[in-house]
Amino acid sequence: MSKVDLLLFGVYPYIALAICLLGSWARFDLSQYSWRAGSSQLMNRNPAEQRYMRIASNLFHVGVLFVLAGHFVGLLTPASVYHYAISTENKQLLAMVSGGFFGVLCLIGLLMLLKRRLTDPRVRASSSTSDILILVVLLVQLLLGLATIFASAEHMDGSVMVMLGNWAQSVVLLQPIQAATAIAPVGLVYKLHVFLGLTLFVLFPFTRLVHIVSAPVWYLGRRYQIVRQKG
Amino acid sequence: MKIRSQVGMVLNLDKCIGCHTCSITCKNVWTSREGMEYAWFNNVETKPGIGYPKEWENQDKWKGGWVRNKDGSINPRIGGKFRVLANIFANPDLPSIDDYYEPFDFDYQHLHTAPLGQHQPVARPRSVLTGKRMEKIEWGPNWEEILGTEFAKRRKDKNFDKIQADIYGEYENTFMMYLPRLCEHCLNPTCAAACPSGAIYKREEDGIVLIDQEKCRGWRMCISGCPYKKIYYNWKSGKSEKCIFCYPRIEAGMPTVCSETCVGRIRYLGVLLYDADRIAEVASTPNEQDLYQKQLDIFLDPSDPAVIKQALADGVPMSVIESAQKSPVYKLAVDWKLALPLHPEYRTLPMVWYVPPLSPIQNAATAGTVGMNGVIPDVDSLRIPLRYLANLLTAGDERPVKLALKRLLAMRAYKRAEQVEGVQDLQVLKDVGLSVAQVEDMYRYLAIANYEDRFVIPSAHREEAMSDAFAERSGCGFSFGSGCSGSSDTNMFGAKKANQRDILKTVQLWED
Repeated sequence: MSKVDLLLFGVYPYIALAICLLGSWARFDLSQYSWRAGSSQLMNRNPAEQRYMRIASNLFHVGVLFVLAGHFVGLLTPASVYHYAISTENKQLLAMVSGGFFGVLCLIGLLMLLKRRLTDPRVRASSSTSDILILVVLLVQLLLGLATIFASAEHMDGSVMVMLGNWAQSVVLLQPIQAATAIAPVGLVYKLHVFLGLTLFVLFPFTRLVHIVSAPVWYLGRRYQIVRQKG
Repeated sequence: MKIRSQVGMVLNLDKCIGCHTCSITCKNVWTSREGMEYAWFNNVETKPGIGYPKEWENQDKWKGGWVRNKDGSINPRIGGKFRVLANIFANPDLPSIDDYYEPFDFDYQHLHTAPLGQHQPVARPRSVLTGKRMEKIEWGPNWEEILGTEFAKRRKDKNFDKIQADIYGEYENTFMMYLPRLCEHCLNPTCAAACPSGAIYKREEDGIVLIDQEKCRGWRMCISGCPYKKIYYNWKSGKSEKCIFCYPRIEAGMPTVCSETCVGRIRYLGVLLYDADRIAEVASTPNEQDLYQKQLDIFLDPSDPAVIKQALADGVPMSVIESAQKSPVYKLAVDWKLALPLHPEYRTLPMVWYVPPLSPIQNAATAGTVGMNGVIPDVDSLRIPLRYLANLLTAGDERPVKLALKRLLAMRAYKRAEQVEGVQDLQVLKDVGLSVAQVEDMYRYLAIANYEDRFVIPSAHREEAMSDAFAERSGCGFSFGSGCSGSSDTNMFGAKKANQRDILKTVQLWED
């Protein structure tokens, strides 16, 4: 374990999470008016563009949601738990196949959305720098993630996956030294992917990504009408 | 029974001259901002026409309003809750900004800076969305003004349903009317029901439907939900906005800007009391044509002692009840049945109602005679087809429209007999079921239309709206910004709230 490993994978996760939490809290508390999904769907000119948007946005969002869920479950489930259901080797295969499938869905959607954002004069004019930046960062992150599939194909025994899992679990258990030690042997492409992933936490409060935590699932449980009493 | 009050509006289309003063004053006050240039909280359409946004009344296309299910329940036409959430990444029922129009500005500065030339310089249009030159403006906020565009396009007007519309494209059969439109502040708003964030709410005390701009996350479902297409997506802020019924003015007892500035004096504002417990039942009435009468039925008589007692018990202040007793909206809609709801078949129970317009007598010249029904011209011979008005105002039932038009004509005939011939024509009133007192009141409200009669708005009871009067008096008049407003009680930097006293409580309990 080098000092760089300790800094980037032992310390940086906590900095990133702290910025994410405090930044989001500050934005929610002080500037909630800016807290929105930031849709540009209104700008579509005709049914063809609406269809393009429907395909692109759904591919991107469905893809990214499954990928995120896969990372969450895959990284944070201890080996002792998932061994009841699946062997390490098969878990890696499952991760590669499902991650690859949804990653490609997400990639297609993301490229379509990025093309639209950069080339449609209306969408471009109303885009902020952060709207474009976040798409580019997500694209790089997605490409890195897809690249790890090829790297993983070199070693199908699940060893790297176990190291990454140990890293994530150590971070959550507040063991920065163990975390950095666990991740030290993995290849560069994994490390870049993890670093950029942590950076997304840093960017989270300052971009439209905040709309993720507003996913209105509780809509399913509420009454249709809302009446506010004076007060 | 749960009695609530609402400030409703009636527009007397018989007197609308289509001057757009309402639209312009509204725009100047509320929506002349980047991101909202295309949005008109109030607009005036020439009918027949497809309107703004294009074909807003065509719910096969836009899926606004509610649908009744086989089991008798209703849900938004855009779908139940699962379908709404499933479409959240890209709403398939969202109009494009081109369905409203691409907002534009003109290069006015060119008029000042153009070099000396052979021709007078012109200010050419520029898109507000892209900042780039627009070679041709394809559509605008009032593109169909006074039957602009060819009939083939206006023919798509949904109110032509079950009408042999093509004859109205002929010059000698053509007809038109103005329809000023704003948010209906419905009793059963689909926008609120469709909002995944729960940001849209109805105010209990005056029924105004608002979008909490802090809570809106820009999921865009309200735009599809609203069948009147009166919610607009602010493309700059990423939040939806709508007509706020000028609530800061209403709270102060003043009419909305559109009503205040109406030069034709066609707008009326007044309180209606209604039974909130019956909203769901009324909105799910099986037959669409019964919705008008059912909605009338949930309005309560503000002079009935039982209603007053219950209203007070439900927290409606006496000043509001007194306003309801003098409400011009109650008179026009309930007493005289002149005002009718706009598209009751959407099941939203709208609260902006319309007095249908009279129109010139059709074919009078060719036939040589006018179809007469006693001294009143036959309403079937009016130039605007009854069926068209019925499709607009009563889900296709012609009887209420006919009654309203006949009563308007009877009032004219009665007053004409009185003023010109000096006789009291009681027969004409009997035919339409009006008393002398009623027709004199109608004349006062419709023809004279004094300010005090048109607008009977109780000022809001701020003292009841405030849990702590100190906050209003001493807290935020001299604001240091933070601590006066904000969505949460805790401040992440520990700043204390300026609008509350922390050490010595505002209300003292001296027994302590």
